[in-house]
Amino acid sequence: MRLYGVDIGSRLLLGTAQYPSPAILGDAVEASRAEIVTVSLRREAGGDQHGQAFWTLIRDMGVRVLPNTAGCHTVKEAVTTAQMAREVFDTNWIKLEVIGDNDTLCPNVFELVEAARVLSEDGFEVFPYTTEDLVVAEHLLQAGCKVLMPWGAPIGTGLGLNNVYGLRTMRAHFSDVPMIIDAGIGLPSHAAHAMELGFDAVLLNTAVARAGNPVAMAQAFAQAIEAGSMARSADPMEARDMASPSTPVLGKASLG
Amino acid sequence: MKIIVNGQSLEVTATLLDAALGELGYGEARVATALNGEFVPGSARASTNLGDGDRLEILAPMQGG
Repeated sequence: MRLYGVDIGSRLLLGTAQYPSPAILGDAVEASRAEIVTVSLRREAGGDQHGQAFWTLIRDMGVRVLPNTAGCHTVKEAVTTAQMAREVFDTNWIKLEVIGDNDTLCPNVFELVEAARVLSEDGFEVFPYTTEDLVVAEHLLQAGCKVLMPWGAPIGTGLGLNNVYGLRTMRAHFSDVPMIIDAGIGLPSHAAHAMELGFDAVLLNTAVARAGNPVAMAQAFAQAIEAGSMARSADPMEARDMASPSTPVLGKASLG
Repeated sequence: MKIIVNGQSLEVTATLLDAALGELGYGEARVATALNGEFVPGSARASTNLGDGDRLEILAPMQGG
């Protein structure tokens, strides 16, 4: 998989929030074999070292970071947050979230497209958290995005792929654009399904961090994503409504 | 003078942003700054003046999804 000119071996991108401890986060990232982890920025009081400790932990993992603009609701907020993240994390990559509704955390796609344009013109490489809407996707590409990240379901719900038809259509319509399913994944089977549909990767956080055993779940996701990806490459059969015997009928004994 | 640091009203004597960060205990911390909603790069802190009532945001790396 190639994202903004960078070859990435793993098709799982992992969030770093909500783990029971920093040690479990580290073990989960290792078990997931993720090469990209998402990170964020928050207020820190003078003298506190929480941010520095977290940064040291992430840096020692040897993974690439994808900072987000989580919690931003306007172009202005998202752009300023992205500029701050670029300096702190020393990367042009930004996972662009511009939230439009607090119950569903649905993106505000109008602000999203404008923020993507402003950031792309400023040299950012934007990973937009978007819906499966094809027109929005087209506008994001025109704004300069070279990767799209449609949601599976609202963030943190674990509902899986809510609109399989919409996602399949999006995959077919933009067949050459790297696309990552971002948010809503609850189970390894959801991730495998996303890969079987032809998506390039899956980004998830809560499903691993909130599992009873995050490290085992990280490994389960890694295996499911690998299986789904292999299945896609193996060209799955077409589904059909009527049964068809798999055992040859020819030569069947007449015993009635 | 009083400025709003991360939503909290604080008294600082420094009039430049980099000096205020030192005064507030950030030292060499890996942080990014925004003044009144505008990003201020690290390289511009020494030449950025603070005024009474300014809103300063100081952000550090944090876990994220």
